[in-house]
Amino acid sequence: MTYLSTDNVENHFHDVVIIGSGGAGMRCALQLADAGHRVAIVTKVLPTRSHTVAAQGGINASLGNVLSDHWHWHMYDTVKGSDYLGDQDAIEYMCRAAPRIVRELEHQGVTFSRLENGTIYQRAFGGQSREFGEGGQALRTCAAADRTGHAILHTLYQQNLRAGTHFYQEFFALDLITDQDGCHGVMAWDIANGTYHLFQAKAVILATGGAGRVFKTTTNAHICTGDGGALVLDAGLPVEDMEFFQFHPTGIADIGPLITEGVRGEGGYLLNAEGERFMERYAPTAKDLASRDVVSRAIALEIRAGRGCGPNKDYVLLKLDHLGEELIMKRLPNIHELALRFAGVDCTKEPIPVQPTMHYTMGGIPTNYHTEVVYTDGDDTEKVCGGLYAIGEAACVSVHGANRLGGNSLLEIVVFGHACGERVNAFLKQRRYHPPLDKDCWKKAVARVEKWFHSTDREDGPRVSDVRKRMQTIMQDHFSVYRTEDVMREGVEQIEAVAKELKQARMDDACRLFNTELVEALELENLMGLARVTAAGALARTESRGAHARDDYPDRDDQLWQKHTLAKIGESGVELDYKPVRTQPMTVASFPPKKRVY
Amino acid sequence: MAEIIKLSVFRFDPEKDDKPFMQTYEVPLLKSGMKLLDALNYIKWEIDGTLTYRRSCGEGVCGSDGLNINGVNGLACITPIEGLKQPIHVRPLPSMHVIRDLVVDMDHFFDQYRQIKPWLQSESPMPEHERLQSPEDRERLDGSYECILCGCCTTSCPSWWWNGDRFLGPAALLQANRWIVDSRDEATGERLDQLEDAFRLYRCHQIMNCMEACPKELNPTAAIGHIRRKLLSRKS
Repeated sequence: MTYLSTDNVENHFHDVVIIGSGGAGMRCALQLADAGHRVAIVTKVLPTRSHTVAAQGGINASLGNVLSDHWHWHMYDTVKGSDYLGDQDAIEYMCRAAPRIVRELEHQGVTFSRLENGTIYQRAFGGQSREFGEGGQALRTCAAADRTGHAILHTLYQQNLRAGTHFYQEFFALDLITDQDGCHGVMAWDIANGTYHLFQAKAVILATGGAGRVFKTTTNAHICTGDGGALVLDAGLPVEDMEFFQFHPTGIADIGPLITEGVRGEGGYLLNAEGERFMERYAPTAKDLASRDVVSRAIALEIRAGRGCGPNKDYVLLKLDHLGEELIMKRLPNIHELALRFAGVDCTKEPIPVQPTMHYTMGGIPTNYHTEVVYTDGDDTEKVCGGLYAIGEAACVSVHGANRLGGNSLLEIVVFGHACGERVNAFLKQRRYHPPLDKDCWKKAVARVEKWFHSTDREDGPRVSDVRKRMQTIMQDHFSVYRTEDVMREGVEQIEAVAKELKQARMDDACRLFNTELVEALELENLMGLARVTAAGALARTESRGAHARDDYPDRDDQLWQKHTLAKIGESGVELDYKPVRTQPMTVASFPPKKRVY
Repeated sequence: MAEIIKLSVFRFDPEKDDKPFMQTYEVPLLKSGMKLLDALNYIKWEIDGTLTYRRSCGEGVCGSDGLNINGVNGLACITPIEGLKQPIHVRPLPSMHVIRDLVVDMDHFFDQYRQIKPWLQSESPMPEHERLQSPEDRERLDGSYECILCGCCTTSCPSWWWNGDRFLGPAALLQANRWIVDSRDEATGERLDQLEDAFRLYRCHQIMNCMEACPKELNPTAAIGHIRRKLLSRKS
């Protein structure tokens, strides 16, 4: 079967290749492996190191274990939370599927916290209501203490061990193999052994997570470098809505580790330097449990007004000591540990210093609600790219629109991981064989790596780490919680300049075995493309919506801007296009845009 | 002038080096509360791009950066520089095959985890709702489900150093106990059968290094003790 003109590339044949071993990739792998397919997970880390592990607060489902609930109310909250940029067919699909998929996680072994009657414990989270906003706070977020992501990721890993999924661990995806019929595989680099591998597959699923590392301060792991989005850009396909990065209101000040919204769900609240519970002014009803974009903007305004705490007046305080040590140690033990280790604060006695911190990538690879990757072809804005799928934070399906609700990301990964498994299962009945590949299809990926090895011969040019630092600083300074025209315009110029610098960059390490500097260089290439489209998309969007807040355009403009941004990178730079929001749900009536009040 | 931290780091490049050596680095103290991972990152990003180690979350939940730090196993990302004797000796996890520098081969460790069948086994039909579990039964999983599989405990265990091919080691046994304890799991008998073996379980001599080493403050020795008592009680 080897017809490739090199012996340096090892060939693998699988029915399905999934790139990424987080919750989305592993939920999908489980579905397909249990259906009897040969499934490979290609992941740049060991599976339990994936960033799903860091999710804390919980997963939303209208189980109604504490207070009566309905998926339709959950859907309303999600549409409103998305600032009407979410696609309502996908949102309906997700909220409908939530109760079943969460119970299924329990059946698979997730260690959910329990209520007295033995059912799953559910807590309050931001932006969630009953009766379409009229019935007060909902209790919808299913939790395993404050380690819900860890519990889910480990359970899914365990289930994949049972199901016999093939893991290719510490393999870095370099290039998608595509032609006019779609996607047929991926080239990857074995990090430990320094060898090239061509994975042929009838379906390729991108489950590579977010791109938080485009910013300097982030709650995201070092590995969150938007690899899937970058692969898609590189294949000439667009990414969607990349200007929408969520700033979580409560990252530990200056350092980044996340303090879950569950702290406020359990009754914690924010204080400014004057000791005022300021969220009462910004969101009279929901207060500290307003949507994340609302709370982050409120904190930014407090800091701007000089009411921040600390020597630089640049953070606020999250108070939870009044909840009592017993509740904190039972429901929020991990927060206690993180605050102690990273802020030096015993949160059973003192408040935690927090500030808005880059947390979540709402944008990503455009898909329909079947998780098929779509692009615009003439009048068809939802044309399917055959054999290519995207799920989880890497995708933009889009259930989060301009702002994600807490507890909806763990839900998204399992719901669409499952949905993708179903869809691919059907697709494999049509695509029975691996199509023949172009004989040179491996070359681009090899060139991508080899140029970095050549760079070790040079003394001139910036180091990879220097370029990355500059990119992250530019993004942090020019595209943070509040954005303005001049600052962004300068940011776009600087990002374009630093992207050119990357072409001259070099690395120190010439060793082929476990070369982590090479991995960082490849990751930086991935981040850079996404930073460029983020910058361009943000500058172009002359309105404020969800996480994209502008001083110069403070209002949402539904006439002009209730549409998704599509960005590609061409010869002459970033090319922007737009497509309508799918406002028509699957079965229920559409929720038309209205003013968001919390 | 910033305070300087001295480190002595284990280096081994299998392409070039016949044997490993210790390399010294000097890093400025960047901030109070600085962690060892910050120092390693500083070396990699500012001084020497060839230094090789694993890292991911940077906050002690993913388990990537288990290292031997001044002779004690721990996670680089949550180990504060302050309080460590200098020069800080940083080595890979003990007794493990070194791939390069601080990166070790974790395959056997994860294979032993797989051997205990770490998934819920139940013959009962799935209920329409969740399987019910009382808060008390759920509480019995605290202290074991939090394991991040970093390997700090297992690689600190002298019994595992000697018999690691057959003794499962503290991390896998902690997880074995997690499933024995779980009120939803129905394979307790088979799990105990599997463990009733002079090597797999009984090589534990209660040295308790594992408990000392665990960065999540879990206690594998206690879990192993629980399995032993379970085995005893089913004999009587």
